[in-house]
Amino acid sequence: MTLAALTTTQTASYATLSSHLVWASMTVLTVAMIAFLVDLTKLGESRGVVAAAVRESRDAELVTAGAGGSGATAGTTASVPSDAPPSAPGDVEDGTQAGPRRKAVGIAMSLTVLGWLLLGAAIVTRGIAAGRAPWANMYEFTLVGSFVALTVFLLVNRFRDVRFLGAFVTLLTVLFMALGQEVFFVQADGVQPALQSYWLVIHVGVAITATGILTVAFVTSVLQLFKDSRDNGSGLMAHRGFRFLDGLPKADKLEVLSFRLNAVGFVLWTFTLIAGAIWAEHAWGRYWGWDPKEVWTFIVWIVYAAYLHARTTRGWSGRRAAYFVLVGYACVLFNFTGVNLIFNGKHSYSGLTS
Amino acid sequence: MTTERAGYRPEGIDDAFVSHDDDAPEATGGAPAGGTDGGEGGGAGGGRPAAPVLPTLGWRGWLRWMWRQLTSMRVALVLLMLLAVAAVPGSILPQRPVDPSAVLTYLQDNPTAGKILDKLGFFDVFSSVWFSAIYLLLFVSLVGCILPRAVAHGKNLRSRPPRVPRKLDRFPARADGTTERTPDEVVDAAVRHLRGRVRWLPTFRVETGTDAQGRRTVAAERGYLRESGNIVFHLCLVGLLVSVGVGQALHYRGQVIVTEGRGFANAVVDYDTFESGRLFRASTLDPFSMTLDRFTSEFTNDATAEPRDFTAFVTTRDPDTGKTTSDTIRVNHPLDVDGSKVYLQGNGYAPVVTVKDAKGQVAYSGPVVFVPQDSKYTSRGVIKVPDVSKGLEQLGLVGFLLPTAASDDTTSPSIYPQPLNPLLVLNVWHGDLGLDQGLPQNVYRLDTSGMKESVKTDGQPVTLTIQPGETVKLPDGMGTITFDSLPRYVALDLRYDPALTWVLVFALGALFGLALSLFTPRRRVWLRVTTDGDPAAGSARTVIEAAGLARGDDSGLQREVDAALAAATGDTDRTTGTTASAANTRKATR
Repeated sequence: MTLAALTTTQTASYATLSSHLVWASMTVLTVAMIAFLVDLTKLGESRGVVAAAVRESRDAELVTAGAGGSGATAGTTASVPSDAPPSAPGDVEDGTQAGPRRKAVGIAMSLTVLGWLLLGAAIVTRGIAAGRAPWANMYEFTLVGSFVALTVFLLVNRFRDVRFLGAFVTLLTVLFMALGQEVFFVQADGVQPALQSYWLVIHVGVAITATGILTVAFVTSVLQLFKDSRDNGSGLMAHRGFRFLDGLPKADKLEVLSFRLNAVGFVLWTFTLIAGAIWAEHAWGRYWGWDPKEVWTFIVWIVYAAYLHARTTRGWSGRRAAYFVLVGYACVLFNFTGVNLIFNGKHSYSGLTS
Repeated sequence: MTTERAGYRPEGIDDAFVSHDDDAPEATGGAPAGGTDGGEGGGAGGGRPAAPVLPTLGWRGWLRWMWRQLTSMRVALVLLMLLAVAAVPGSILPQRPVDPSAVLTYLQDNPTAGKILDKLGFFDVFSSVWFSAIYLLLFVSLVGCILPRAVAHGKNLRSRPPRVPRKLDRFPARADGTTERTPDEVVDAAVRHLRGRVRWLPTFRVETGTDAQGRRTVAAERGYLRESGNIVFHLCLVGLLVSVGVGQALHYRGQVIVTEGRGFANAVVDYDTFESGRLFRASTLDPFSMTLDRFTSEFTNDATAEPRDFTAFVTTRDPDTGKTTSDTIRVNHPLDVDGSKVYLQGNGYAPVVTVKDAKGQVAYSGPVVFVPQDSKYTSRGVIKVPDVSKGLEQLGLVGFLLPTAASDDTTSPSIYPQPLNPLLVLNVWHGDLGLDQGLPQNVYRLDTSGMKESVKTDGQPVTLTIQPGETVKLPDGMGTITFDSLPRYVALDLRYDPALTWVLVFALGALFGLALSLFTPRRRVWLRVTTDGDPAAGSARTVIEAAGLARGDDSGLQREVDAALAAATGDTDRTTGTTASAANTRKATR
């Protein structure tokens, strides 16, 4: 193939290098995750303390809802006074806090960028070792999917402060990569004739990108639900462990962020579906044949379509719409793992021999 | 419950402007029909006091009520979820159109449950009554929802941007500036900027005017394409469904197995299997013929022997012109013949054998298709020899072809897919093949009910091993078998679907519409231009107030307002934008 000039030993050394880079990236991202968590905890505490201080120092009428030190806030306006005192009132909406020093988060972001670079290098070397686009089996999906999720996180962070997502995005990517390395790992190699097509690059590439984006959206929706529950005085969320939620933007802000990501993810998913149909027409002689993977891709599409509709239906927006995101993402994960491993369809490209 | 006509508005994706602040001025006029009011079919009736006596609906009223329910967003949502759930069994249970033999196996393993599931259509979910009902209802709901919206949008497209509100200081995005330009220059510059460069598709729809105080105003609105995209998306889905249906009715698909050196003609009788849509006519088949000249395959050179390439070299002949063309068919690269596509779907070995009966007559000679059983092409096949000389028993030879047999071990499977050391390993049956009853028979299976297996003296079955070129005697003097050569065969799939182009067009149209409806910002921008100071004294300044309103949360709104102001003043330095959260600061300090 294109890189046929590589000798077998060279290929093998690239493959080994790729593996090492993945482990390095995982290590770095794990440390980043811890730093993110430290930051979140501190942020939650400081905001909680600020909220308490505000309550004591100001008139009771100013604080429209009881934003207590425990963070058992109620009502949507509660977090405004609790966020307001530090220097930049305009920023609080997005969760940026210019006031207290956030040393941990700086370290976390640098480490995330480093982990992201290492993972990128791992993917490139994997591609060189295999002599093709490095997303043709489940192991490579997990790597590239994690890479996209990190990219989306870093990219969105350029436009608005979403560093609060860091802990969860890095957690998920490390989990995915560990799963890939331990369960889905296969040797770097060429692919069977059915996969030798530029549609592999387009269809699968876009599918992984969509999955990466939907991952970040999923994280955001989960946080939205938690935050909403805590703000509405949920007993479960009142626990000390969830104090970090006080440091997050309001639930409706999280909802908007999640929607933006999901909208992009949905459009890409639609493209994945169409590109897949075109490829199926070329490779299998039919554009749609209800293969298990096609069924589940369809289900995912329908669930996210339902989410977009729910969002604009009275009585279904907010929390209920967020549940659709959870269901949709569960379907995405099942489509990736369950369908590849359980069902015997035309998309069984895990590369694993059972 | 009310039957008032006036209250009904098509419901759907919210397209109305929502301000961030309860106190923000009402966006007057021009708000497209959205889901914000009166969309609930015959539902709760909003804030109206409930009528003490329900008016009788009558059958028309009920029909209208049902129609409104069906076209309401809530029912559409329920139908969407039902569709998702209904699709699940299609992936869990074996499906007839995909794998009929798996369905049979399932029915054998689970006789009771299988029968019930079969009755309910669970083995062909996507053609079942319930699945069809859900998606047809969904599409009716879609049409019933989207058509009124399309009409509303059509009217809205011709409407004018809303008037400039009296107070601009309460909007979520604001900016002010002063300039030396005259109000007319300012207005012209702002209009030019807001319309954008593309003449036929202006960014903003702009209207200029003069208010009661004689101040010049600019009102602009953008994002009509949002609803346009939404409508295009939904109509394309309908188009997609129709084209898929048309394709189903007109398509045909034929499967044929061709051995190297042989061919087939594009006629219904020449196919091993042939299926077509309801409106297909056999006379429409293009009468070409095709010959398989050669087939090549490539595998990796290690023990896994993974496939790397399959290529079929074919010659196509057009009977009208007599012209022949040579082509290749590969996986992912079907061959297009007069609008029909020919796919390479499978391949294997078809050893050519010659069987002579006890009288020395040639009873059979030709290729026999052996079906690969594993990735190393250990292939199974049956050689049926019915045409023996009169008075002799018919013969059936069952067994395996090993492309690469491991040394002399005939019991282990092939170790490589290429024919490096081919070997036929056969057991011999004699008796009645059961072909004379006229019933269709599986060519890959030997019906042994009327046959006996040849055995050695120790009772073990006779096993013949034959290499290419070899002739081996059949047991009990039944004759001989010669392994002449080992050609390859290919399984070709020929398919014709005239609606393919339309399916693609509507799919891409839907994608395009979807992207438009999700990513087009919906914004309004207003400018008010006031002359400050005395023009006669030469101290005149032009003061511009600008404000913006967006649909939902829109982080680009402030930038839009700033850009409009900058264009109006012609100078970016003098403008002072306030942050988007003006309303929030106010709320906090209230």
